[in-house]
Amino acid sequence: MILARRSLIAGTAALPAGCDRIAEQPTARRILFLGEDMHRGLQRALSDRNALAPEFTPDQRSPFFRPNGTRDPGTTEYAALRAARFDDWRLKVDGLVARPLSLGLADLGALPQRAQITRHDCVEGWSAIGKWQGPRLGDVLKAAGLRDAARYIVFTCADLYGGEPYYESIDLVDAFHPQTILAWALNDRFLPVMNGAPCRLRVERQLGYKHAKYLMRIQAVGSLVGIGKGRGGYWEDNVDYDWYAGI
Amino acid sequence: MTFVYRHRLATRIWHWINAVAIFILIGSGLGISNAHPRLYWGRYGANFDPAWLELPRFPSWLTIPASYNLALSRRWHLFFSLVLAFGLLGYMMASLLNRHFARDLHLRRRDLSRRHLWADLRAHLALRFHDPERPRDYNVFQKLSYVVVIFILLPLVILTGVALSPAMNAAWPWLLDLFGGRQSARSIHFLCMFGLALFTVVHLALVILAGVVNETRSMITGWWRLP
Repeated sequence: MILARRSLIAGTAALPAGCDRIAEQPTARRILFLGEDMHRGLQRALSDRNALAPEFTPDQRSPFFRPNGTRDPGTTEYAALRAARFDDWRLKVDGLVARPLSLGLADLGALPQRAQITRHDCVEGWSAIGKWQGPRLGDVLKAAGLRDAARYIVFTCADLYGGEPYYESIDLVDAFHPQTILAWALNDRFLPVMNGAPCRLRVERQLGYKHAKYLMRIQAVGSLVGIGKGRGGYWEDNVDYDWYAGI
Repeated sequence: MTFVYRHRLATRIWHWINAVAIFILIGSGLGISNAHPRLYWGRYGANFDPAWLELPRFPSWLTIPASYNLALSRRWHLFFSLVLAFGLLGYMMASLLNRHFARDLHLRRRDLSRRHLWADLRAHLALRFHDPERPRDYNVFQKLSYVVVIFILLPLVILTGVALSPAMNAAWPWLLDLFGGRQSARSIHFLCMFGLALFTVVHLALVILAGVVNETRSMITGWWRLP
Protein backbone atom coordinates (compact mmCIF):
# COMPACT_ATOMS: atom_id res chain seq x y z
CA MET A 1 0.00 0.00 0.00
CA ILE A 2 2.88 2.36 0.78
CA LEU A 3 4.32 1.61 -2.65
CA ALA A 4 1.01 2.31 -4.33
CA ARG A 5 0.65 5.52 -2.38
CA ARG A 6 4.15 6.62 -3.39
CA SER A 7 3.53 5.89 -7.06
CA LEU A 8 0.23 7.76 -6.92
CA ILE A 9 1.87 10.85 -5.44
CA ALA A 10 4.86 10.64 -7.80
CA GLY A 11 2.52 10.18 -10.75
CA THR A 12 0.55 13.27 -9.81
CA ALA A 13 3.66 15.40 -9.43
CA ALA A 14 5.11 14.11 -12.74
CA LEU A 15 2.04 15.14 -14.71
CA PRO A 16 3.09 18.74 -15.53
CA ALA A 17 6.54 17.60 -16.68
CA GLY A 18 4.94 14.87 -18.81
CA CYS A 19 2.67 17.44 -20.44
CA ASP A 20 5.68 19.50 -21.48
CA ARG A 21 7.23 16.48 -23.16
CA ILE A 22 3.95 15.72 -24.94
CA ALA A 23 3.67 19.31 -26.21
CA GLU A 24 7.10 18.94 -27.85
CA GLN A 25 5.82 16.15 -30.12
CA PRO A 26 4.72 17.66 -33.47
CA THR A 27 1.59 15.51 -33.74
CA ALA A 28 0.48 16.18 -30.16
CA ARG A 29 1.16 19.84 -30.71
CA ARG A 30 -0.97 19.85 -33.86
CA ILE A 31 -3.86 18.21 -32.00
CA LEU A 32 -3.54 20.65 -29.10
CA PHE A 33 -3.53 23.60 -31.50
CA LEU A 34 -6.75 22.28 -33.13
CA GLY A 35 -8.53 23.66 -30.07
CA GLU A 36 -8.41 27.10 -31.71
CA ASP A 37 -10.35 25.92 -34.78
CA MET A 38 -12.82 24.00 -32.62
CA HIS A 39 -13.53 27.06 -30.46
CA ARG A 40 -13.85 29.29 -33.53
CA GLY A 41 -16.24 26.83 -35.17
CA LEU A 42 -18.34 26.46 -32.02
CA GLN A 43 -18.44 30.17 -31.25
CA ARG A 44 -19.33 31.12 -34.81
CA ALA A 45 -22.01 28.41 -34.91
CA LEU A 46 -23.53 29.62 -31.63
CA SER A 47 -23.52 33.33 -32.45
CA ASP A 48 -25.21 35.51 -34.96
CA ARG A 49 -22.71 36.98 -37.42
CA ASN A 50 -23.65 40.46 -36.20
CA ALA A 51 -24.22 39.66 -32.51
CA LEU A 52 -23.04 42.69 -30.56
CA ALA A 53 -20.51 42.68 -27.74
CA PRO A 54 -22.07 44.08 -24.54
CA GLU A 55 -22.08 47.87 -24.33
CA PHE A 56 -22.02 49.82 -21.08
CA THR A 57 -23.17 53.13 -19.61
CA PRO A 58 -20.71 56.01 -19.03
CA ASP A 59 -20.63 55.40 -15.25
CA GLN A 60 -19.62 51.77 -15.78
CA ARG A 61 -16.29 52.78 -17.36
CA SER A 62 -12.91 52.02 -15.75
CA PRO A 63 -11.51 55.05 -13.90
CA PHE A 64 -8.23 54.55 -15.78
CA PHE A 65 -7.81 52.68 -19.06
CA ARG A 66 -4.46 50.99 -18.65
CA PRO A 67 -2.23 50.59 -21.70
CA ASN A 68 -0.41 47.41 -22.64
CA GLY A 69 2.26 46.37 -25.13
CA THR A 70 3.93 49.35 -26.77
CA ARG A 71 3.36 52.59 -24.78
CA ASP A 72 5.08 54.75 -27.40
CA PRO A 73 6.47 53.48 -30.72
CA GLY A 74 9.42 55.88 -30.26
CA THR A 75 10.64 55.65 -33.85
CA THR A 76 11.84 58.79 -35.66
CA GLU A 77 8.93 58.56 -38.12
CA TYR A 78 6.38 58.26 -35.33
CA ALA A 79 7.99 61.06 -33.30
CA ALA A 80 7.71 63.36 -36.34
CA LEU A 81 4.03 62.47 -36.85
CA ARG A 82 3.36 63.02 -33.18
CA ALA A 83 5.19 66.37 -33.13
CA ALA A 84 2.85 67.57 -35.93
CA ARG A 85 -0.18 66.37 -33.93
CA PHE A 86 -0.73 63.66 -36.58
CA ASP A 87 -1.69 66.26 -39.23
CA ASP A 88 0.60 64.46 -41.69
CA TRP A 89 -0.49 60.98 -40.70
CA ARG A 90 -2.12 59.00 -43.50
CA LEU A 91 -3.75 55.60 -43.20
CA LYS A 92 -3.19 53.63 -46.39
CA VAL A 93 -5.97 51.24 -47.48
CA ASP A 94 -4.75 48.97 -50.26
CA GLY A 95 -4.20 45.39 -51.34
CA LEU A 96 -7.16 43.62 -52.96
CA VAL A 97 -9.28 46.76 -53.33
CA ALA A 98 -10.62 48.56 -56.41
CA ARG A 99 -9.76 52.08 -55.13
CA PRO A 100 -6.78 52.36 -52.78
CA LEU A 101 -7.30 55.10 -50.18
CA SER A 102 -5.10 57.38 -48.14
CA LEU A 103 -7.01 58.76 -45.16
CA GLY A 104 -6.08 61.47 -42.66
CA LEU A 105 -7.67 62.04 -39.27
CA ALA A 106 -10.10 64.59 -40.80
CA ASP A 107 -11.19 61.98 -43.38
CA LEU A 108 -11.87 59.43 -40.63
CA GLY A 109 -13.88 62.07 -38.73
CA ALA A 110 -15.91 62.94 -41.85
CA LEU A 111 -17.18 59.35 -42.27
CA PRO A 112 -20.31 58.22 -40.38
CA GLN A 113 -19.20 57.67 -36.78
CA ARG A 114 -19.93 54.93 -34.29
CA ALA A 115 -19.36 55.51 -30.56
CA GLN A 116 -19.44 52.52 -28.20
CA ILE A 117 -18.62 51.86 -24.56
CA THR A 118 -17.14 48.38 -24.56
CA ARG A 119 -14.95 46.12 -22.47
CA HIS A 120 -11.38 45.43 -23.49
CA ASP A 121 -10.20 41.97 -22.39
CA CYS A 122 -6.49 41.32 -22.24
CA VAL A 123 -5.25 37.79 -22.90
CA GLU A 124 -3.59 38.06 -19.47
CA GLY A 125 -6.97 38.21 -17.75
CA TRP A 126 -7.70 41.84 -16.90
CA SER A 127 -10.53 43.94 -18.35
CA ALA A 128 -11.05 47.68 -18.80
CA ILE A 129 -14.15 49.53 -20.02
CA GLY A 130 -13.87 52.65 -22.17
CA LYS A 131 -15.69 54.66 -24.82
CA TRP A 132 -14.37 54.44 -28.37
CA GLN A 133 -15.32 56.44 -31.43
CA GLY A 134 -14.52 56.18 -35.11
CA PRO A 135 -15.83 55.06 -38.50
CA ARG A 136 -16.79 51.45 -39.11
CA LEU A 137 -14.05 49.46 -40.79
CA GLY A 138 -16.77 48.00 -43.04
CA ASP A 139 -17.63 51.46 -44.40
CA VAL A 140 -13.96 52.17 -45.16
CA LEU A 141 -13.61 48.82 -46.94
CA LYS A 142 -16.78 49.46 -48.93
CA ALA A 143 -15.43 52.87 -49.97
CA ALA A 144 -12.23 51.18 -51.14
CA GLY A 145 -14.20 48.46 -52.96
CA LEU A 146 -13.06 45.10 -51.65
CA ARG A 147 -12.27 42.59 -54.41
CA ASP A 148 -13.86 39.13 -54.37
CA ALA A 149 -10.52 37.42 -53.73
CA ALA A 150 -10.05 39.24 -50.39
CA ARG A 151 -10.31 36.95 -47.35
CA TYR A 152 -8.41 38.76 -44.59
CA ILE A 153 -7.69 42.32 -43.53
CA VAL A 154 -4.13 42.95 -42.33
CA PHE A 155 -3.27 45.88 -40.04
CA THR A 156 0.26 47.25 -40.10
CA CYS A 157 1.33 49.33 -37.11
CA ALA A 158 3.90 52.07 -36.52
CA ASP A 159 5.53 50.25 -33.60
CA LEU A 160 8.18 47.60 -33.33
CA TYR A 161 7.66 45.13 -30.50
CA GLY A 162 10.80 43.32 -29.41
CA GLY A 163 12.42 44.68 -32.58
CA GLU A 164 9.76 43.23 -34.90
CA PRO A 165 6.96 45.14 -36.61
CA TYR A 166 3.62 44.71 -34.86
CA TYR A 167 0.78 43.64 -37.11
CA GLU A 168 -2.52 41.84 -36.84
CA SER A 169 -5.20 40.38 -39.07
CA ILE A 170 -8.89 39.47 -38.93
CA ASP A 171 -11.27 37.76 -41.32
CA LEU A 172 -14.17 39.40 -43.14
CA VAL A 173 -16.79 38.28 -40.59
CA ASP A 174 -15.12 40.47 -37.98
CA ALA A 175 -14.04 43.16 -40.48
CA PHE A 176 -17.68 43.86 -41.39
CA HIS A 177 -19.04 43.49 -37.84
CA PRO A 178 -20.97 46.65 -36.86
CA GLN A 179 -18.76 47.24 -33.78
CA THR A 180 -15.46 46.87 -35.65
CA ILE A 181 -14.29 50.47 -35.89
CA LEU A 182 -11.14 52.48 -36.54
CA ALA A 183 -11.10 54.34 -33.23
CA TRP A 184 -9.45 57.77 -33.07
CA ALA A 185 -11.05 58.78 -29.73
CA LEU A 186 -11.03 57.21 -26.26
CA ASN A 187 -13.42 58.58 -23.64
CA ASP A 188 -14.28 61.61 -25.82
CA ARG A 189 -10.67 62.72 -26.35
CA PHE A 190 -8.13 62.03 -29.08
CA LEU A 191 -6.43 58.67 -28.44
CA PRO A 192 -3.52 59.04 -26.00
CA VAL A 193 -0.19 57.80 -27.36
CA MET A 194 -0.14 54.93 -24.85
CA ASN A 195 -3.50 53.68 -26.19
CA GLY A 196 -2.49 53.77 -29.86
CA ALA A 197 -2.64 57.34 -31.23
CA PRO A 198 -3.73 58.44 -33.71
CA CYS A 199 -5.91 55.43 -34.57
CA ARG A 200 -6.40 51.83 -33.46
CA LEU A 201 -8.59 48.92 -34.39
CA ARG A 202 -11.47 47.85 -32.16
CA VAL A 203 -12.62 44.30 -32.84
CA GLU A 204 -14.86 43.84 -29.85
CA ARG A 205 -15.49 40.08 -29.91
CA GLN A 206 -11.79 39.23 -29.62
CA LEU A 207 -9.00 39.67 -27.07
CA GLY A 208 -6.89 42.82 -26.73
CA TYR A 209 -3.86 41.79 -28.77
CA LYS A 210 -6.03 41.72 -31.91
CA HIS A 211 -6.85 45.44 -31.45
CA ALA A 212 -3.85 46.78 -33.39
CA LYS A 213 -2.63 50.20 -32.24
CA TYR A 214 -0.73 52.96 -34.14
CA LEU A 215 -2.36 51.96 -37.46
CA MET A 216 -0.45 52.85 -40.63
CA ARG A 217 -1.84 50.54 -43.28
CA ILE A 218 -4.91 48.39 -43.88
CA GLN A 219 -4.37 45.76 -46.51
CA ALA A 220 -6.90 43.34 -48.00
CA VAL A 221 -5.32 39.98 -48.83
CA GLY A 222 -6.38 36.56 -50.05
CA SER A 223 -4.05 34.67 -47.75
CA LEU A 224 -1.84 35.35 -44.75
CA VAL A 225 1.08 33.45 -46.28
CA GLY A 226 4.08 35.68 -46.91
CA ILE A 227 3.02 38.33 -44.39
CA GLY A 228 5.31 38.35 -41.37
CA LYS A 229 5.93 34.67 -40.61
CA GLY A 230 2.56 33.80 -42.09
CA ARG A 231 0.47 33.20 -39.00
CA GLY A 232 -1.48 36.44 -39.08
CA GLY A 233 0.03 38.57 -36.36
CA TYR A 234 3.01 39.49 -34.21
CA TRP A 235 1.99 37.27 -31.28
CA GLU A 236 0.78 34.47 -33.50
CA ASP A 237 4.13 34.47 -35.33
CA ASN A 238 6.39 34.76 -32.33
CA VAL A 239 4.76 33.14 -29.30
CA ASP A 240 2.01 30.72 -30.44
CA TYR A 241 -0.96 32.90 -29.51
CA ASP A 242 -4.19 31.87 -31.23
CA TRP A 243 -5.02 33.77 -34.42
CA TYR A 244 -8.70 33.50 -33.50
CA ALA A 245 -8.85 35.22 -30.11
CA GLY A 246 -12.57 34.86 -29.29
CA ILE A 247 -11.68 33.27 -25.95
CA MET B 1 -13.34 -13.13 -2.07
CA THR B 2 -16.60 -11.77 -3.38
CA PHE B 3 -16.64 -9.25 -6.18
CA VAL B 4 -19.52 -6.99 -7.11
CA TYR B 5 -19.95 -5.02 -10.34
CA ARG B 6 -19.83 -1.48 -9.04
CA HIS B 7 -19.03 1.03 -11.81
CA ARG B 8 -20.54 0.89 -15.28
CA LEU B 9 -18.62 1.47 -18.47
CA ALA B 10 -19.91 5.04 -19.00
CA THR B 11 -18.91 6.00 -15.45
CA ARG B 12 -15.45 4.46 -15.82
CA ILE B 13 -14.70 6.04 -19.19
CA TRP B 14 -15.82 9.47 -18.02
CA HIS B 15 -13.95 9.16 -14.73
CA TRP B 16 -10.59 8.74 -16.44
CA ILE B 17 -11.18 11.25 -19.22
CA ASN B 18 -12.33 13.77 -16.64
CA ALA B 19 -9.44 13.02 -14.28
CA VAL B 20 -6.91 13.81 -17.03
CA ALA B 21 -8.86 16.92 -18.06
CA ILE B 22 -9.08 18.23 -14.48
CA PHE B 23 -5.34 17.81 -13.85
CA ILE B 24 -4.43 19.53 -17.11
CA LEU B 25 -6.99 22.29 -16.68
CA ILE B 26 -5.83 23.10 -13.15
CA GLY B 27 -2.15 23.05 -14.15
CA SER B 28 -2.63 25.19 -17.24
CA GLY B 29 -5.11 27.43 -15.41
CA LEU B 30 -2.53 28.17 -12.72
CA GLY B 31 -0.10 29.02 -15.54
CA ILE B 32 -2.67 31.47 -16.96
CA SER B 33 -3.23 32.91 -13.49
CA ASN B 34 0.46 33.78 -13.29
CA ALA B 35 -0.05 36.22 -16.20
CA HIS B 36 -2.27 38.45 -14.04
CA PRO B 37 -2.52 37.09 -10.49
CA ARG B 38 -5.23 39.47 -9.28
CA LEU B 39 -8.96 38.78 -8.86
CA TYR B 40 -11.71 41.39 -9.01
CA TRP B 41 -15.48 41.63 -8.60
CA GLY B 42 -17.60 43.36 -11.23
CA ARG B 43 -17.42 44.08 -14.92
CA TYR B 44 -13.87 45.40 -15.20
CA GLY B 45 -10.62 45.05 -13.25
CA ALA B 46 -7.01 45.82 -14.07
CA ASN B 47 -3.83 46.83 -12.25
CA PHE B 48 -5.11 50.19 -11.02
CA ASP B 49 -8.44 48.80 -9.75
CA PRO B 50 -8.79 47.27 -6.28
CA ALA B 51 -8.36 43.47 -6.27
CA TRP B 52 -10.18 41.36 -3.66
CA LEU B 53 -7.46 38.75 -3.84
CA GLU B 54 -3.82 38.87 -4.87
CA LEU B 55 -2.76 35.36 -5.74
CA PRO B 56 0.72 33.97 -5.19
CA ARG B 57 2.88 33.11 -8.17
CA PHE B 58 2.24 29.39 -8.71
CA PRO B 59 5.49 27.41 -8.83
CA SER B 60 6.65 25.55 -11.93
CA TRP B 61 5.91 22.09 -10.49
CA LEU B 62 2.23 23.03 -10.44
CA THR B 63 1.87 24.77 -13.80
CA ILE B 64 1.58 23.53 -17.38
CA PRO B 65 3.95 24.27 -19.04
CA ALA B 66 6.45 24.24 -16.17
CA SER B 67 8.15 27.44 -17.33
CA TYR B 68 5.89 30.47 -17.80
CA ASN B 69 4.33 30.45 -21.26
CA LEU B 70 0.89 32.03 -21.47
CA ALA B 71 0.34 30.97 -25.08
CA LEU B 72 0.95 27.27 -24.36
CA SER B 73 -0.98 27.34 -21.06
CA ARG B 74 -3.91 28.70 -23.05
CA ARG B 75 -3.53 26.03 -25.75
CA TRP B 76 -3.67 23.27 -23.11
CA HIS B 77 -6.49 24.96 -21.23
CA LEU B 78 -8.72 25.67 -24.23
CA PHE B 79 -8.33 22.20 -25.77
CA PHE B 80 -9.12 20.41 -22.52
CA SER B 81 -11.96 22.81 -21.70
CA LEU B 82 -13.81 21.13 -24.57
CA VAL B 83 -12.91 17.66 -23.26
CA LEU B 84 -14.27 18.65 -19.83
CA ALA B 85 -17.48 20.24 -21.12
CA PHE B 86 -18.48 17.65 -23.71
CA GLY B 87 -17.28 14.83 -21.45
CA LEU B 88 -19.59 16.03 -18.70
CA LEU B 89 -22.46 16.42 -21.15
CA GLY B 90 -22.00 12.86 -22.47
CA TYR B 91 -21.65 11.41 -18.98
CA MET B 92 -24.78 13.20 -17.77
CA MET B 93 -26.85 11.90 -20.67
CA ALA B 94 -25.52 8.36 -20.21
CA SER B 95 -26.13 8.50 -16.45
CA LEU B 96 -29.72 9.59 -16.91
CA LEU B 97 -30.28 6.77 -19.41
CA ASN B 98 -28.54 4.02 -17.41
CA ARG B 99 -30.07 5.34 -14.18
CA HIS B 100 -26.67 5.81 -12.49
CA PHE B 101 -27.82 9.17 -11.12
CA ALA B 102 -31.17 7.84 -9.90
CA ARG B 103 -29.71 4.67 -8.43
CA ASP B 104 -26.40 5.80 -6.94
CA LEU B 105 -26.44 9.58 -6.42
CA HIS B 106 -30.02 10.17 -5.39
CA LEU B 107 -29.95 11.64 -1.87
CA ARG B 108 -32.86 10.40 0.19
CA ARG B 109 -34.35 12.21 3.16
CA ARG B 110 -33.08 9.55 5.57
CA ASP B 111 -29.54 9.99 4.16
CA LEU B 112 -29.59 13.58 5.33
CA SER B 113 -31.02 13.05 8.81
CA ARG B 114 -28.76 14.38 11.54
CA ARG B 115 -28.40 10.91 13.03
CA HIS B 116 -27.37 9.37 9.76
CA LEU B 117 -24.84 12.13 9.01
CA TRP B 118 -23.36 11.80 12.50
CA ALA B 119 -23.11 8.03 12.18
CA ASP B 120 -21.44 8.39 8.78
CA LEU B 121 -18.94 10.92 10.12
CA ARG B 122 -17.98 8.53 12.94
CA ALA B 123 -17.68 5.70 10.44
CA HIS B 124 -15.34 7.86 8.31
CA LEU B 125 -13.19 8.68 11.33
CA ALA B 126 -12.95 4.95 12.03
CA LEU B 127 -11.97 4.49 8.35
CA ARG B 128 -15.10 2.48 7.61
CA PHE B 129 -16.45 3.70 4.29
CA HIS B 130 -19.06 1.09 3.49
CA ASP B 131 -22.32 0.18 5.11
CA PRO B 132 -21.92 -3.58 5.82
CA GLU B 133 -25.57 -4.12 4.90
CA ARG B 134 -25.36 -2.29 1.57
CA PRO B 135 -21.63 -2.30 0.73
CA ARG B 136 -22.27 -1.48 -2.91
CA ASP B 137 -23.88 1.88 -2.13
CA TYR B 138 -22.01 5.14 -1.83
CA ASN B 139 -21.99 6.51 1.69
CA VAL B 140 -23.74 9.82 2.31
CA PHE B 141 -20.60 12.03 2.28
CA GLN B 142 -19.55 10.35 -0.93
CA LYS B 143 -22.95 11.06 -2.49
CA LEU B 144 -22.92 14.66 -1.25
CA SER B 145 -19.45 15.39 -2.60
CA TYR B 146 -20.18 13.77 -5.97
CA VAL B 147 -23.44 15.72 -6.27
CA VAL B 148 -21.66 19.00 -5.44
CA VAL B 149 -18.92 18.28 -8.00
CA ILE B 150 -21.10 16.92 -10.81
CA PHE B 151 -24.10 19.23 -10.52
CA ILE B 152 -22.61 22.42 -9.07
CA LEU B 153 -18.83 22.86 -9.40
CA LEU B 154 -18.29 21.38 -12.87
CA PRO B 155 -21.24 23.15 -14.56
CA LEU B 156 -20.26 26.39 -12.80
CA VAL B 157 -16.59 26.17 -13.79
CA ILE B 158 -17.62 25.50 -17.42
CA LEU B 159 -20.17 28.34 -17.58
CA THR B 160 -17.87 30.88 -15.90
CA GLY B 161 -15.18 29.80 -18.39
CA VAL B 162 -17.57 30.46 -21.29
CA ALA B 163 -18.37 33.87 -19.74
CA LEU B 164 -14.68 34.82 -20.09
CA SER B 165 -14.95 34.64 -23.89
CA PRO B 166 -15.63 38.04 -25.51
CA ALA B 167 -17.16 36.26 -28.52
CA MET B 168 -19.51 34.24 -26.30
CA ASN B 169 -20.39 37.44 -24.40
CA ALA B 170 -21.85 38.69 -27.68
CA ALA B 171 -23.63 35.37 -28.31
CA TRP B 172 -24.92 34.77 -24.75
CA PRO B 173 -24.93 38.15 -22.93
CA TRP B 174 -27.21 36.68 -20.20
CA LEU B 175 -24.25 34.67 -18.86
CA LEU B 176 -22.49 37.90 -17.85
CA ASP B 177 -25.65 39.14 -16.11
CA LEU B 178 -25.89 35.82 -14.28
CA PHE B 179 -22.37 36.12 -12.84
CA GLY B 180 -22.30 39.91 -12.40
CA GLY B 181 -19.70 40.79 -15.03
CA ARG B 182 -16.62 39.23 -16.59
CA GLN B 183 -14.24 39.83 -13.71
CA SER B 184 -16.75 38.32 -11.26
CA ALA B 185 -17.03 35.31 -13.57
CA ARG B 186 -13.22 35.05 -13.54
CA SER B 187 -13.21 35.11 -9.72
CA ILE B 188 -15.95 32.44 -9.51
CA HIS B 189 -14.03 30.38 -12.10
CA PHE B 190 -11.01 30.45 -9.80
CA LEU B 191 -13.05 29.58 -6.68
CA CYS B 192 -14.61 26.60 -8.49
CA MET B 193 -11.12 25.44 -9.43
CA PHE B 194 -10.12 25.64 -5.78
CA GLY B 195 -13.18 23.55 -4.83
CA LEU B 196 -12.33 20.95 -7.48
CA ALA B 197 -8.68 20.84 -6.37
CA LEU B 198 -9.80 20.33 -2.77
CA PHE B 199 -12.16 17.55 -3.84
CA THR B 200 -9.36 15.88 -5.81
CA VAL B 201 -6.98 15.90 -2.84
CA VAL B 202 -9.59 14.46 -0.46
CA HIS B 203 -10.72 11.97 -3.11
CA LEU B 204 -7.17 10.67 -3.62
CA ALA B 205 -6.57 10.50 0.14
CA LEU B 206 -9.74 8.44 0.62
CA VAL B 207 -8.81 6.13 -2.28
CA ILE B 208 -5.55 5.46 -0.46
CA LEU B 209 -7.30 4.87 2.86
CA ALA B 210 -9.98 2.64 1.32
CA GLY B 211 -7.41 0.56 -0.56
CA VAL B 212 -5.68 1.77 -3.72
CA VAL B 213 -5.69 -1.57 -5.55
CA ASN B 214 -9.34 -2.44 -4.99
CA GLU B 215 -10.61 1.08 -5.69
CA THR B 216 -8.48 1.60 -8.79
CA ARG B 217 -9.34 -1.82 -10.19
CA SER B 218 -13.04 -1.17 -9.71
CA MET B 219 -12.73 2.06 -11.66
CA ILE B 220 -10.92 0.22 -14.48
CA THR B 221 -12.79 -3.11 -14.70
CA GLY B 222 -15.90 -2.20 -12.78
CA TRP B 223 -15.43 -5.11 -10.31
CA TRP B 224 -14.97 -4.26 -6.66
CA ARG B 225 -14.01 -6.71 -3.90
CA LEU B 226 -16.31 -6.69 -0.91
CA PRO B 227 -14.46 -5.73 2.28
